[in-house]
Amino acid sequence: MTELAPAPSAAVAARAPRSQWRDVWDQFRTHRGALFGLLVFGAIVLFTVIGPSLWTLDPKFIAIRARDLGMGADHPFGTDQLGRDIFARMMAGGRVSLAVGLTAMTLSICLGTLIGVVAGYFRRLEGPLMRLTDLFLALPLLPLLLVMVMLFRESLARRFGPETGIFLLIVVAIGITSWMQTARIVRGEVLALKEREFVLAARSIGTPPRRMILRHILPNVLSPILVSATLGIATAIITESALSFLGLGFPPDFPTWGRLLFDGVDYLQQDPERVIWPGVFISLTVLSVNFIGDGLRDALDPRIRGR
Amino acid sequence: MAEAARRPLVEVRGLRMYFPITAGLFRRKVGDVKAVDDVSLDIFEGETLGLVGESGCGKSTCGRAILRLYDITAGSIRLDGVEIGHLGQAELRRLRPRMQMVFQDPQASLNPRMTLAGIIGEPLVEHARMTPAGRLERIYALMDAVGLNRAFANRYPHEFSGGQRQRIGIARALALNPGFIVCDEPIAALDVSIQAQVVNLLEELQARFGLTYLFISHDLSMVRHIATRVAVMYLGGIVEIADRDMLYSAPLHPYTQALLSAVPEPDPEGESRRRRIILVGDVPSPARPPAGCRFSTRCPRVMDICRRQAPELLPAAAGGMVACHLHTLQDQPTAGRTGGPRAAPREPSGQIQQGELR
Repeated sequence: MTELAPAPSAAVAARAPRSQWRDVWDQFRTHRGALFGLLVFGAIVLFTVIGPSLWTLDPKFIAIRARDLGMGADHPFGTDQLGRDIFARMMAGGRVSLAVGLTAMTLSICLGTLIGVVAGYFRRLEGPLMRLTDLFLALPLLPLLLVMVMLFRESLARRFGPETGIFLLIVVAIGITSWMQTARIVRGEVLALKEREFVLAARSIGTPPRRMILRHILPNVLSPILVSATLGIATAIITESALSFLGLGFPPDFPTWGRLLFDGVDYLQQDPERVIWPGVFISLTVLSVNFIGDGLRDALDPRIRGR
Repeated sequence: MAEAARRPLVEVRGLRMYFPITAGLFRRKVGDVKAVDDVSLDIFEGETLGLVGESGCGKSTCGRAILRLYDITAGSIRLDGVEIGHLGQAELRRLRPRMQMVFQDPQASLNPRMTLAGIIGEPLVEHARMTPAGRLERIYALMDAVGLNRAFANRYPHEFSGGQRQRIGIARALALNPGFIVCDEPIAALDVSIQAQVVNLLEELQARFGLTYLFISHDLSMVRHIATRVAVMYLGGIVEIADRDMLYSAPLHPYTQALLSAVPEPDPEGESRRRRIILVGDVPSPARPPAGCRFSTRCPRVMDICRRQAPELLPAAAGGMVACHLHTLQDQPTAGRTGGPRAAPREPSGQIQQGELR
């Protein structure tokens, strides 16, 4: 019945198992929202990375005579109350905001996933790690951030220079205060996955815990991790804005999208576009990242792929 | 199979697998679920030992405990003369290639995020030193052996039917040339026409690779088809082990008799004459098994001694082994108390047999 036919249908010759990432990309391309998101996000990144070398106005250059200008050819987005070019400030600010958002999100996702997986997989560590998570959830974040900034700003600024020092401080501060939700979600998923029969099957093969996690657990908790990641970018950008607004983030003359937004609030009635531009860019970034995450999640799930 | 070559490949003695019951604020241990309670059996090389019993009697737990997927509570398990009952997982890992498992639910036992090549190749990645090309060649050979088209190598488990998925599970179990495979209800989740295919495949592979099976099932007719010997389990303990034909034609234990009387007869005439033995009551909780014989609460032929003293699994006059006072009292009036060797006499087999592994 199942006897070997001599060379079963050589026409359907076995293709070598091809890389999963090719399939992922093929599926990703069919997700219109994700492609659009990728396009918009790419455009924003190009705007902030390449933009300053094309638009050479210094974002910190004060031209007091040209202050409070509206949109025009010389200053596409106008100027602020000190005559600084908002277009250039948007580009410079975007660099910092995107860098802070992506790095802080990566840090918080890595931390959350690590703690969640370890807590879910190793029973002995579950209690201590989850109590630690509860502890962090119970901390009032803003006061904690304030204390951290107060304590470490000076020493970090001396060590790495004012801007890198503050960047590190803010990224770390946001990262280690926002991993808890991810950890909880991941732990729950891992607890459920651990009881699935394919994990038992892998144990009967003798797969050691490290590879069990990498091969069987992590790929199956990817969806919730990606969702937290895309939401995390938005939260990180907004938190950075809040810190800057409180005067605890980057120095006042150092533009970030959050700072531009808060600076513009005072002139809301006079020049609404000073609030609108940073707002639009923050929203577009968050939206496009969400769409990319959505597409990635679908593309990484073989059950959805190919539909 | 040759009578001379009846060498036990797996020897299980006094296997106990208890799961703790905890209660209260401090998760104090208040008792045990005795899923497997004092099971002893031998599985000879090249045979298929059927393990039957109703659901919840501890068949699957027993199979998994023998493969040491659990940390057993007590007892000894020898695989090819090597004691594996209390080895750590690291030492067990080296022995894993010699014992594998086919799981009940082919959907749940395959990682939905891995391709077929990845699933079948996982044991090879873990245990065999192979180049990627060599591994792929072996994967293709395994797919041929279980009747899967080579073009399926890149597909994911959800793209297959139940029977095909079970073939994937079998190919994975075969990957490292194991000598011993525990089939944990491999056909329970499949429909009848596919069941026959999978069972035939298992038989064919057994003949080809000289495999030894522990075939766990609640399907008595399927066990009759595939097994050479059959063990009947009730509430965590083995009540009867005998050669297949002997067990099906002349069951000794009242539970076996009741179990077999429930198998429908294909011949309508025989079916009309079939007398079902209906057991009354429910299976007692494995957390609080009854005193004496486990089956005493439901046994149609219960005696006084059954409620006081647990019968031991002893050789019966007709061959096979049975744990029932009905037979031990008649055949060996004193055997119950002296407690001789529980199993059939056998030669001490201390030598470590080197399996043919690659």
